[in-house]
Amino acid sequence: MYENPDGVMIGLEVHVQLNKLRTKVFCGCTTDYHNDPPNSHVCPVCLGLPGSLPVINKKAVEAAIKVGLALNCTIEEHTQFYRKNYYYPDLPKGFQITQYDFPISSGGYITIEGEDGEHRVGITRAHMEEDPGRLVHEGTIDKSKYTLIDYNRSGMALLEVVSDPDMRSPKEARRYLDKLRNILEYLDIFDGDLEGALRVDANISIMGGQRAEIKNISSHKGAERALLFEIVRQKNVLRRGGVVVQETRHFDEAREITLSMRSKEEAHDYRYFPEPDLVPLKISGWAPAIKAILPELPDARRLRFVEQYGITDDHAKALTSERKFAIFYEDVAKKVDPKMAAVWVCDVLKGELNYRDLPVEAFNKEHMLSVIYLLMNKKITEDGAVDIIRTLLDKGGTPDEVVKEKGLLKVEDDIVSTAAEEAIKENLQAVADYRAGKEKALNSLVGAVMKKTKGRADARTAREILLDKLG
Amino acid sequence: MIGKKDLEHIGWLARLELSEEDKEKYTPKLNSILDYFGEIDKADTEGVEPLYHVLPMNNVFREDVPTRSLSQEEALSNAPKNQDGFIKAPRMM
Ligand SMILES: [Zn+2]
Repeated sequence: MYENPDGVMIGLEVHVQLNKLRTKVFCGCTTDYHNDPPNSHVCPVCLGLPGSLPVINKKAVEAAIKVGLALNCTIEEHTQFYRKNYYYPDLPKGFQITQYDFPISSGGYITIEGEDGEHRVGITRAHMEEDPGRLVHEGTIDKSKYTLIDYNRSGMALLEVVSDPDMRSPKEARRYLDKLRNILEYLDIFDGDLEGALRVDANISIMGGQRAEIKNISSHKGAERALLFEIVRQKNVLRRGGVVVQETRHFDEAREITLSMRSKEEAHDYRYFPEPDLVPLKISGWAPAIKAILPELPDARRLRFVEQYGITDDHAKALTSERKFAIFYEDVAKKVDPKMAAVWVCDVLKGELNYRDLPVEAFNKEHMLSVIYLLMNKKITEDGAVDIIRTLLDKGGTPDEVVKEKGLLKVEDDIVSTAAEEAIKENLQAVADYRAGKEKALNSLVGAVMKKTKGRADARTAREILLDKLG
Repeated sequence: MIGKKDLEHIGWLARLELSEEDKEKYTPKLNSILDYFGEIDKADTEGVEPLYHVLPMNNVFREDVPTRSLSQEEALSNAPKNQDGFIKAPRMM
């Protein structure tokens, strides 16, 4: 059992951009704006011009239902939109179209790896809304004179996924975000690599204080850092006999601190009222058909990998924690020994990619197969295989080219045998030491064999042959 | 009852600058509107389905097909100030 000594309670509000749709949520402007100039994908609807009428994108509703189902939520019988009124330059209309007391889905959960094993985090609701525009400040937010606004993002379909305050540490919050992102990618409704795809607000309190809401978190790492900072800050306030007040704070990503925003607006100040331009939705009837075609989700795939490929649960977990990786592994595993594929894809390739901060696309699937074939046919050593993978990532080329350039083809056993005989003759002191019980002396003999074969001998084979000859 | 403080707050939320004269004028007006809602609240709605929208319709959708957007020039034409394709506004907060 995790004790949670400070009584930390964390709830997250995650804004997920449905960026795999072709158009925005209430207008036909394209979502493909990421490399285009500001304000070049806008229309009267997403600029909030008078007289324009929003009409909801059917695919956005379907995507919202998919997410709701994948998060084990109930899809509501009746759902409708509201206007949330506030004045800020990212909202051209002076209000945001969002949902309020009739969200599209509610009451679900996500299972994460918690502080003490499997941990369930409740999903309060997942509701639909429109994304505001993007603001650019010259210099820092508290010093710039102007706000520059790009409305290309305005009107992108967003899902706000609101969790219960069930996370007990910044680490759990990060695991929750990783898991949520992974589920969204499995659903193929979301590309997490695009700028602004996933944005987080965090609510956090510790025992004896009120909760703070932290805004402007744009990465999973950022969430963990902001929460770590916030726990220390709140503990210090309490230690000094102060009061932790309920407030909104801004996360300064560069300085890794949170700052009070002294926001004057309270929830009731948003004066929510039903959006008169959009009629209610009655779409719970779509849920069974959508559920039937829902793709396999990470937890299910993890179980299947263990069962179908006979790999360990740890391997299956690591391989399915990212959709692209799971696909890469499965394509490889179908053609070679799946257990061997798990070792080379998960333990070796994943580590090398992480070390270089590269995505799985940086490595060619066919190359992975070639490396495993070379190993299976005993043409290269395991060290040679690692060398090939590293060289391909750093310099490119093909496995065959690397093998040739670096002379990685494993030497035959009889050559190793000859080298071993020579090594024994030339290192009589080591032989004597070994025979006298110094196990370590064998290592210098293995080293001598490797030197003679220019590293192309398999170290394990060399050791075995030496042991055999030393009797 | 809406007092002067409430009125000032409502004005601030709507980013309206109110003179003392405005405040004198609007406070009773808003109160009379509120009183009228009080009248509506008295109506007996026992057994009446809530009305969520004035139109007797549900489920109006658009297909996920792109349509023409405005050009950047058109988009910026209503903005009092712009810079490098961005709309320029006073700093907030
Ligand atoms: Zn538009």
